[in-house]
Amino acid sequence: MFSYALKRLGLSVAIVSLAMLLLFSMIYLVPGDPAAVALGPRATDAMREALRIKMGLDQPVWVQFWNFFTGAWTGDLGREVLSDRPVAQVVMEQLPYTLALIAGGISWSVAIGIPLGCWAAVKRGSWADRIVGVLSVAVIAVPSFVIAIYALLVFAVSLRWLPAIGAGEPGDLGDQLTHLILPSLAVGLGWIGYIARMVRASMLEVLEAQHIRTARAFGLPENLITFRYALTIAILPTVTLLGVGIGQMLSSAVFAEIVFARPGVGKLVYDAILTRNYPLVTGAVLVTTVLFVLINLLADLIVGALDPRVRSRL
Amino acid sequence: MTVLSITDLNVFFSTEGGDLHALRDVSFDVPERRIVGIVGESGCGKSTLINAILGLLADNGRVGGGGIHFEGHDLTRLGPKEMQALRGPRIATVFQDPMGALNPVVSVGAQMRNIQYRSGLSRSEKDAKSVAILQKVRIPDAGAALARYPHEFSGGMKQRIAIAMALLMEPALLIADEPTTALDATLEVATIELLKELQQDIGCSVLFISHHLGVIAELCDDVVVMYAGEVVERGTTRQVFNNPGHPYAARLLECDPARQSERVRLLPTIPGEIPDLRHRPEGCIFAPRCDRRAPACEARQSELPLQTGHMARCALAEARS
Repeated sequence: MFSYALKRLGLSVAIVSLAMLLLFSMIYLVPGDPAAVALGPRATDAMREALRIKMGLDQPVWVQFWNFFTGAWTGDLGREVLSDRPVAQVVMEQLPYTLALIAGGISWSVAIGIPLGCWAAVKRGSWADRIVGVLSVAVIAVPSFVIAIYALLVFAVSLRWLPAIGAGEPGDLGDQLTHLILPSLAVGLGWIGYIARMVRASMLEVLEAQHIRTARAFGLPENLITFRYALTIAILPTVTLLGVGIGQMLSSAVFAEIVFARPGVGKLVYDAILTRNYPLVTGAVLVTTVLFVLINLLADLIVGALDPRVRSRL
Repeated sequence: MTVLSITDLNVFFSTEGGDLHALRDVSFDVPERRIVGIVGESGCGKSTLINAILGLLADNGRVGGGGIHFEGHDLTRLGPKEMQALRGPRIATVFQDPMGALNPVVSVGAQMRNIQYRSGLSRSEKDAKSVAILQKVRIPDAGAALARYPHEFSGGMKQRIAIAMALLMEPALLIADEPTTALDATLEVATIELLKELQQDIGCSVLFISHHLGVIAELCDDVVVMYAGEVVERGTTRQVFNNPGHPYAARLLECDPARQSERVRLLPTIPGEIPDLRHRPEGCIFAPRCDRRAPACEARQSELPLQTGHMARCALAEARS
């Protein structure tokens, strides 16, 4: 397991480096002078030139990339334009809110989706199976911002059960959690459907497997067969899917953060784009990329922990 | 003493095209400490028979008459819980495909512990029993094998582990469903010798399913020949192999490559195919493919005794013997 984890970590570092190269190329290739954008239309040529030198834009491309690359790995993402604060610091302030939102979304989808899918597979063809099937498609089909707005209207505005906006009082965990319920549900609801369908499909496949027949032929209890012998295998594609799905969840987090006026990286990027705060956009995108890669690494490690065949293959 | 006695067993599957009569009036006994072979081509109902004995018929399958008697129980009348209690400790099964028969994500030791879940032994006692039986099937370094996973073993070792698991609870009846078909020839011989040795050691009866006549002849005391869901002939291995009474059994034996005394360009085959079991002919089931068809074959066939313990479901059989 240790060497598997080590190899997988090495791969993640390579992926992040490649992502940095791509990101840098995109910034470099976008037309326009960042110094001119930062200083506005009334700046003099001398001011622009001074800022260009300060930002290192007078250096050759490869030196610029090297500076960006080494800077990023050491946590220096440059300074943002409006307040001149370090980008890394600004992003890190917002990151916990987004992490909480994503974790909440995953929790909903896993805690509800896996049991539902498992139940539907075991009771295949029953009314329960059909209801789960219809509901899954329904929640997958509705976009998360629609869910966000309706959840806000129903639970916060009409029923007044839950707070409508913000992330709660800092330091008050209970308050922060109540503020998390609606946004995380908006992010995770569609995933409940995805996961239920995935788990149902792979569970049905695994339950047909020869080793399940063997387990039954040994008279093992149905619960042991369902959860230890079948679900452990059936859940593997779902874990991988969730790792990739984090990307989609991060993008629906942007909507959720805007609708619920929550702080977070999504809201940060949204505001940064509106104010043309390019270093902040770059830094936030890079941090999101690293987050995505890390979550995929985690997903792979979970798969490795569950499946001995994966451990020994790498 | 008879361990397993099957009498006039009928199994049906409901399909969209109507009821499929998968087993018709199947009767045979598995005596104590004997190895009974079931032989027949694919689709003859071997797997259905196993599933019926184990109480693991698919949802659309049902037993429609007849009995399966095992240790004083009629298995067709037992509830799922009682059936589950028999599977494993009293009736154990080794399946055909050793690659797929073991769970890939549960260690060998945990799988063997789980099989002993009703034994009341402690964890270390269970492991000790597992190691003992793994040593018996000659798994090298059996103690360390418990922590390993099925994919870390070769095909032959996996099949030996599957046999070890089946014999772990010292069952009265071992059902072996083509346990050597997926193995190569040398492993096949070794596995069969091992099976025979363990059978004598534990003193269980074996129901051995195969379409390999050589293996049946080598291993089994009695043979049951099945065709299209019916028992067409049964007797001791010697009786059936030396003096087959049913034309199907005779033709099947002729088709065995090992029986060809001289070089032939084409191996003999039985022309035609198994009839559609949704429209079972009223008369002899083999008649459409039989080269000795006679007017008597139009009627439903019953088992005719040829010798003590040797019968054939063929109207022409008695005249021949």
